[in-house]
Amino acid sequence: MISGVSIYEILILSTIIFFIGVYGFFTRKNLIAMLMSIELILNSAALNFVVANKYLFPGNIEGNIFSLFIIAIAAAETALALAIVINLYRLIMSLKTKDLETMKY
Amino acid sequence: MNWNTFFLMRHEIVLTLIILLLLLIDVFVDDKKKLNPIAIIAFAVYTLLGFLPLESGSLFGGMFVNSPLINVLKNAMNIGVLMITLSAVSWVNAKMLPLKKVGEFYILLFSSYLGMLFLVSSGHFLMLYLGMELATLPVAALAAYDIFSRKSSEAGIKLILNAALSSGILLFGASIIYMTTGSLYFSSIANNVSNSYLMILGLIMLFAGFGFKISLVPFHFWTADVYEGAPTPVSNYLSVISKGGAIFILMILAFVVFNQLNYLWLPLFYGISIVTMFLGNFFALRQKNLQRFMAFSSVAQAGFILMGMLSFDQMAVTSVVYFIAIYIVSNIGAFGVIQAVGIASGKWEMDDYNGFYRTNPKMALVLMLALFSLAGIPPLAGFFGKFFLYTSAASQGYYWIVFLGILNATIALYYYLLVIRSAFLRTSENPIPYFKSDWYMRISMILVAIALIMLGLYSPFYSYINSLSIL
Repeated sequence: MISGVSIYEILILSTIIFFIGVYGFFTRKNLIAMLMSIELILNSAALNFVVANKYLFPGNIEGNIFSLFIIAIAAAETALALAIVINLYRLIMSLKTKDLETMKY
Repeated sequence: MNWNTFFLMRHEIVLTLIILLLLLIDVFVDDKKKLNPIAIIAFAVYTLLGFLPLESGSLFGGMFVNSPLINVLKNAMNIGVLMITLSAVSWVNAKMLPLKKVGEFYILLFSSYLGMLFLVSSGHFLMLYLGMELATLPVAALAAYDIFSRKSSEAGIKLILNAALSSGILLFGASIIYMTTGSLYFSSIANNVSNSYLMILGLIMLFAGFGFKISLVPFHFWTADVYEGAPTPVSNYLSVISKGGAIFILMILAFVVFNQLNYLWLPLFYGISIVTMFLGNFFALRQKNLQRFMAFSSVAQAGFILMGMLSFDQMAVTSVVYFIAIYIVSNIGAFGVIQAVGIASGKWEMDDYNGFYRTNPKMALVLMLALFSLAGIPPLAGFFGKFFLYTSAASQGYYWIVFLGILNATIALYYYLLVIRSAFLRTSENPIPYFKSDWYMRISMILVAIALIMLGLYSPFYSYINSLSIL
């Protein structure tokens, strides 16, 4: 427990982070920025798990463990996505989403 | 816990051993072409091992669940992956042998399938998340496997971005469910389900995450692009194995875990099913590229499966598992022919198939069987799959959706017949020349043809699944 901070404030924070991530994912025009938005989404979920564990169910550690797994897998995901991005950059010399429209409709 | 209980997860253990073995052999074998038969023989042995009888039970305190029904699904998916690897050999030899990337293809494919096995038998949200990520990430790498092709890289980045977004949404939903129930085990969530607004929000976010994986309609945008751009064996894998496993675990979640909230998810499934069938079919009508065409057809098929879940009883479970098994075979047949033609002649458009029957009669027959099965023409397996889905929905009085489903089956028949018309009835100045495919592809296609005819006529299969479908 953090003194003076209730669960509501942290949950509002994590929800705001989540929706910033979703908004960023849909509006950003650059692949790296989209990856950053995804990181925000995943981190907000991890924060949710830790907060729920700490404030609501202090007896067990399920939420904490889950957030550790989220962090590890998010790293793997980003590494793979960056590898594909680098390969794409070698091929088309651009990271703009509008250059990725050879297949449409 | 003793050693016998580990027998429950023998699929996963044996597959892990195969992956490690391939990793080792890949280092020591110089002639990379030899890796194809090694991988296929290892996987065939594993497929046979899967048919050993199995009791139901759980491991790790309920995190990993296995039952005869799950075992049937795993065996069906095993055979599917075996057929995919058999038909992938020609592509691997043509494209990846010069780059010496043969071993990695099989390792990535089998790792993704390992994740799918864990996903199917998960009993805890952590196992579900890990299985889903393990199933998705290697496939994204495989979609971008053809590193010199721009389309392939594009498909890879589209797949990984969409998959990451969907798993993020799914995780946020899972965290909300954790807040309301205080547990992540499916069994204890099922006991603590309440109808608070927070729970409903979590449920909807969870189902939205699954919607991306299954490519239900509001979340289907990635499907066509990824299927078109990715190498054909990978699109094949994505369309059958990924989709089948995710649908099964969605069904477990809806029927078992959120059983008491059925007044909420039944209307949701009802609406999404109708929209998915119509949009998938209407978009499939205007496709000229066959891989895109198959993508939209698979979107429409997901709508049909969702319709079968509506009756929400033993029959729904049976028909969904039965349909998944049949759908795996039919789609592999169609994709196998498309891939063989694409590699032999480099043609992917529907009009290129004009006069296909004159030059390659056997391939054209397999294509016809697979597409008729997908459309649901009576003597073939697909008809019985769809028939049981309709029966299951109608048994609870959902006549309207059954009517719309039959309407959609008719639309679908039109566009499947377009392909068959150009292959059988039309003639062309320069048809696809005669080609001889390798033995692996032939075995795969013969297996598909036999399965398509036999699965429909062999009725004990359905009653066998029915006897196991107790959730």
